[in-house]
Amino acid sequence: MVGLLVRRNVVFQLMSIEIMLNAAGLAFIVAGARWSQADGQVMFLFILAMAAAEVSVGLALVLLLYRTLHSLDSDRASSMKG
Amino acid sequence: MQFAFYIAGGVAVVATLLAITRLSAVHALLYLAVSLVAAGVVFYTLGAPFVAALELVVYAGAIMVLFVFVVMMLNLGSRATEAERALVTRGAWTGPLALAIVLLAEMAYLALRAKTGAHSGTMVEPKQVALALYGPYALGVELASMLLLAGLVAAYHLGWRRRSEMEKEDAVNTDRTRADSGRDPVHAGDGRLARTP
Repeated sequence: MVGLLVRRNVVFQLMSIEIMLNAAGLAFIVAGARWSQADGQVMFLFILAMAAAEVSVGLALVLLLYRTLHSLDSDRASSMKG
Repeated sequence: MQFAFYIAGGVAVVATLLAITRLSAVHALLYLAVSLVAAGVVFYTLGAPFVAALELVVYAGAIMVLFVFVVMMLNLGSRATEAERALVTRGAWTGPLALAIVLLAEMAYLALRAKTGAHSGTMVEPKQVALALYGPYALGVELASMLLLAGLVAAYHLGWRRRSEMEKEDAVNTDRTRADSGRDPVHAGDGRLARTP
């Protein structure tokens, strides 16, 4: 979370989001292990699928951003068109 | 087993801290990959071998690789590291760190106050997980597959460019990269000339 707030490079921001998702998944697994239920692992599977979809779309957006702005600074992406 | 948990947990925390403080994107990605592998080990010690393997294969093996591909495609060079040094100042860390320390203290307090449940050695079998997925969570599985399909279509559409455009861009970028790195196939240039991927 600290990484997401501090870094301005969008690749680092995406990485920090992945770290956060992994941490949430870890919490789910621990909870599942605590009560010996399979639900924690199932939830982690869903989080994993969601993270994969989000990363692919996010990185495609990063590439588009770089093509138009020629920079990965998220502060530069501050004007809306039209 | 307990040792493995603590050691792997420590490695994961240290690797993550290193990952968010690096200036070069590739270094940070490598530390993040280490952190994910350590998390996989933690999952195994918690009695979840199925998700441990999944974490290694999908998270560290596919998602991280995707990140590495994109960072390599952007081919930023050492100039980006210099720019990053200017952006990530000491002062920038104080605010978020203060908030994070508050949260961490709160979490530690709650964790230490709770009745310490023993590390359950019972393993949740992959069979149980599979039965849960086919049974009560079947709808979630279908929705997840639809989400992945949507992600696939979106990523394809966002990355698509006309073929002739792509060929021209590829040629220009190759020449630029060669000139930038002085025809050295191993070392990246300093990113002076790097433009669109």
